[in-house]
Amino acid sequence: MRKLWRFTGGIKLKGFNKPSNTSSIHQIPIPEKLILPLRQHIGEATEPLISIGQRVFKGELLASSTSFISAPVHASSSGTIVDIGKYSIPHQSGISETCIVIETDGLDEWDSNITANIHPEKLSRENLHTIVKSAGIVGLGGAAFPSAAKLKPTRKINSLIINGVECEPYISCDDALMQSRPDEIIRGVILLQRMLEPNECIIAIEDNKPKAIDSLRTALEKLANAGVLDTTNISVIPIPTIFPAGSEKQLVKVLTGKEIPQHGLPYEVGVVCLNVGTTSAIYDAVYHGQPLISRVVTVTGSEVNQPDNYNVLLGTPVVNLLNAAGSIGFSKYKLIMGGPMMGMNLPNSDVPVVKATNCILVEKAEQEKGTKVMPCIRCGTCTTVCPMKLLPQQLYWHAKSKNLEKLDHFNLSDCIECGCCAVVCPSKIPLVHYFRYAKSEKKEHEIKLKIADQSRIRSLVRESRLEKSKREQEERKAKRKAERKKKKASIPKKDKAIEGQSTSVPEKIEDKGVKTKKVAKIAKG
Amino acid sequence: MSEIKNNNLASSPFIPSPTSVGKIMRSVIYALIPGIAIYILFFGWGVLINILLAIVASLLFEWFMLVVCRRPVRVFLFDGSAIITAILLALALPTIAPWWIPVVGSFFAIVVAKHLYGGLGYNVFNPAMAAYAVLLISFPLEMTLWSVPLESIKSNLGFLNSINFSFYRELPPSLNFDAITSATILDQLRTEIGLGHSIEKVVNSSVFGFVAGAGYEWVNLGFLAGGLWLIYRKIITWHIPVAMLLGLLSISTFCYLLDAEQFSSPWIHLFGGASILGAFFIATDPITASTTEKGRLIYGFCIGLLVFSIRAWGGYPDGVAFAVLLIGLTVPLLDHYTAPKVYGARKGYDKN
Amino acid sequence: MAIIALTMLALIFGVLLGYTAIRFRVEGDPIVDSIDAILPQTQCGQCGYPGCKPYAEAIASDQAEINQCPPGGETGMKALAELLGREPIPLNPENGAADDGLPMVAIINDATCIGCTKCVQVCPVDAIVGAAKQVHSVLDVYCTGCELCLPPLCPVENCIVMISVEKTLKTWKWSNPQFHLEDSAT
Repeated sequence: MRKLWRFTGGIKLKGFNKPSNTSSIHQIPIPEKLILPLRQHIGEATEPLISIGQRVFKGELLASSTSFISAPVHASSSGTIVDIGKYSIPHQSGISETCIVIETDGLDEWDSNITANIHPEKLSRENLHTIVKSAGIVGLGGAAFPSAAKLKPTRKINSLIINGVECEPYISCDDALMQSRPDEIIRGVILLQRMLEPNECIIAIEDNKPKAIDSLRTALEKLANAGVLDTTNISVIPIPTIFPAGSEKQLVKVLTGKEIPQHGLPYEVGVVCLNVGTTSAIYDAVYHGQPLISRVVTVTGSEVNQPDNYNVLLGTPVVNLLNAAGSIGFSKYKLIMGGPMMGMNLPNSDVPVVKATNCILVEKAEQEKGTKVMPCIRCGTCTTVCPMKLLPQQLYWHAKSKNLEKLDHFNLSDCIECGCCAVVCPSKIPLVHYFRYAKSEKKEHEIKLKIADQSRIRSLVRESRLEKSKREQEERKAKRKAERKKKKASIPKKDKAIEGQSTSVPEKIEDKGVKTKKVAKIAKG
Repeated sequence: MSEIKNNNLASSPFIPSPTSVGKIMRSVIYALIPGIAIYILFFGWGVLINILLAIVASLLFEWFMLVVCRRPVRVFLFDGSAIITAILLALALPTIAPWWIPVVGSFFAIVVAKHLYGGLGYNVFNPAMAAYAVLLISFPLEMTLWSVPLESIKSNLGFLNSINFSFYRELPPSLNFDAITSATILDQLRTEIGLGHSIEKVVNSSVFGFVAGAGYEWVNLGFLAGGLWLIYRKIITWHIPVAMLLGLLSISTFCYLLDAEQFSSPWIHLFGGASILGAFFIATDPITASTTEKGRLIYGFCIGLLVFSIRAWGGYPDGVAFAVLLIGLTVPLLDHYTAPKVYGARKGYDKN
Repeated sequence: MAIIALTMLALIFGVLLGYTAIRFRVEGDPIVDSIDAILPQTQCGQCGYPGCKPYAEAIASDQAEINQCPPGGETGMKALAELLGREPIPLNPENGAADDGLPMVAIINDATCIGCTKCVQVCPVDAIVGAAKQVHSVLDVYCTGCELCLPPLCPVENCIVMISVEKTLKTWKWSNPQFHLEDSAT
């Protein structure tokens, strides 16, 4: 039995309507339109490589970026590019970003360049890494961080953790994936082992998913017995069900007892953590040459009669997914992408499913009245449940008064926005909203400071330049005056005409000098 | 479907909170009931009259202040905080106190100590204890005449008679004033020790019950039961009660072992006076207590030490109220210095 | 006796203070820099001073009130009040409306620009590039929105205007929860 540690805080969430059937994943029909945002990941947006009117095949590269932290975008189905423009993206703000829109032809033809790798074991580490990068694989647990950037750590990795925890209530896409594709997941893990060469490999699953645990253990045994691949370092470890055990920082603590340093990354403690969905996508990319073009999405919520898991093409508008799930028919509902603890409100149902979409929740729209927020009674329950050992109460007070210094002192940037504090607050204070608000104020303030610094420097440079030119002009004037005096003294009358001319030129310079003097005056005051 | 507009201003989490301020306050009131019931059993109806007077007065003053300060009345009036303040205040008063004592106390607690400092969640001092302190200092006579347990006067001062006494200071002919009043155990100990007599005398007197003041020890047991239930239900955490009782126990044991004649036994300290009530219900008032775990332990421990110090060397027989008020002043300091180290903090400092 | 003792004390403390005043003298006036750090560096001149540094100097020498800066807004004024220990006062409406948070940058219409370089010369942060008789262009990265380049300085109609910066995900902010809580009791 592997020793497990506990992380401070966390809450036990019970009684949420999970899909009754997690053993199979349903397909949905190909939508007429696929909307693919150029940025579905953390990092730089991609640039389109195709043009409007071009016909593309399934899996064809549509956009990429040269930045290190980025992931290319591929066509999820065959069709014609009808637009590259601003469309609503799945974000709280309702802001539109550039998307590639494909009108599908229903044929779903694969790009002919995509071929399976018959001997994946012969591929070198570099090859594997390039395949993962060019397949556009990002973290499918919800964070969407380009996985290739994680797979080149600069120090020895001790543990590779495959995150099958899925601690957020309602979501079961990983559960379903682990039950229907366990063999592929294990093979993906072995590929990762080849890339990272860790000492051990742990597949962590919450203990409320016994079927998934069994499924993976069975697949592991089968592969071990087949004797073809080396599975000796891989183990499936169930961990206690507490939210947010699936959060990377907390999971690392539970499995290794180490804490990822503040503002640091897991590789600093010798750990790399990847989601099971990502692992399965890596398998697809290496074994079948297929880029990331679809993912499993859970459709559930209090307003859904039959919650279920679906394999969805990226770029499918959410409304298509809702139609397939059969959950429409009432007028007042709200859509949430993600889980109830950390998800975000969607502006409308036309937004597409992107790489980060793990769940679509359909919930009753809130009544107009809203919840009554009481003053903070300083009960301290928020402090007890915070998994990052922060003081949400203090952060709340200082976020309210926008005291950026104090927020820094209490480590606002370490908040993972898990929502534990807000759920237990008896006064129903929207703590996470306050923290997000404070974080965006801080970001804006830092940007303003940078701009102000820049402006200050430019202003100073300009002033010194103007002063310099003013000084030079006065020197030149003085020199000319002196020369004219000399000339006047030695030259007779007939050259007065030339004098007249020569004096007009200094006047012009004087005019300009006056103007610059005026401007310099404004600048100097 | 694309016309569905979302109120996308709201942020996660989208799960309703399982608790509310009202629920917490109500749980505390339920936890007080066993102690109050025992109190009535042993000492008659006086305490209930005080409680009712205090509740009515508190709610009236609360309503008045909410209207004046333009805060939403429906939300705050019945959230339970005013009622708890009233009950705690009434429990701290002698059962035979006249009617205007709980009313004046409620005025000070609700209007001055609570609302003038900002209302629920913003008060610096525990309102019930602040009011008790004011009453004690302003009306020392009325506040120091305590009742004897009913069985010792062998008659039941009935409900109507109690009301009569509270409002009109009239007793039924069979009883006279001196018969129903007596000093509390802590009072007695204080005077006797002050006079240089040994504790033995007090311990053997009629004021003494099994381990502490007659009658009052059972009341404290009732409060202990209520307090333990609150911890079980996770309404309060164990830190403050355990730390306070530990603080009280440790210093009283230490002094008792030093000089058993001068200092009463730790049991008297634990079960006499308002120690149990203070540990589970007064010091744990979340608004005035420390908020970090370490801070709470220190807070409780210091209160325990101070309670003993006031009892042994201070000017008042029972020091719980003053101890809570005084240590409450240090709470911001405690909070500041006992902030836990954040996850992943690098060694040496926990700031970026 | 008392007089002698007090006189001695006064002498000792006087010497001590004098020594520290000379020994620990602070060069320059750091308060001006602190004030300047709070000001938004728009260099627009709306405060009546030709730039943010002169205004900071005026505040430090008590010649100007802290409420003269519209781009700094309420937040800036409050920050100044806290720094200097002065009372916060409402912004002076004569200087213009407070910045409501929507950043604006200037933009030049290529078709109508005559290349007079007036705006190039006036821009306090050199955000406009252009030579005489050539079309000018605003580097919107550096534009602070001070509006000094607008007509009447620019002699052409509809040549240079202010437009609001497009909101992107990078500039989007979460709303203040206090402003949309129904029946908030806080």
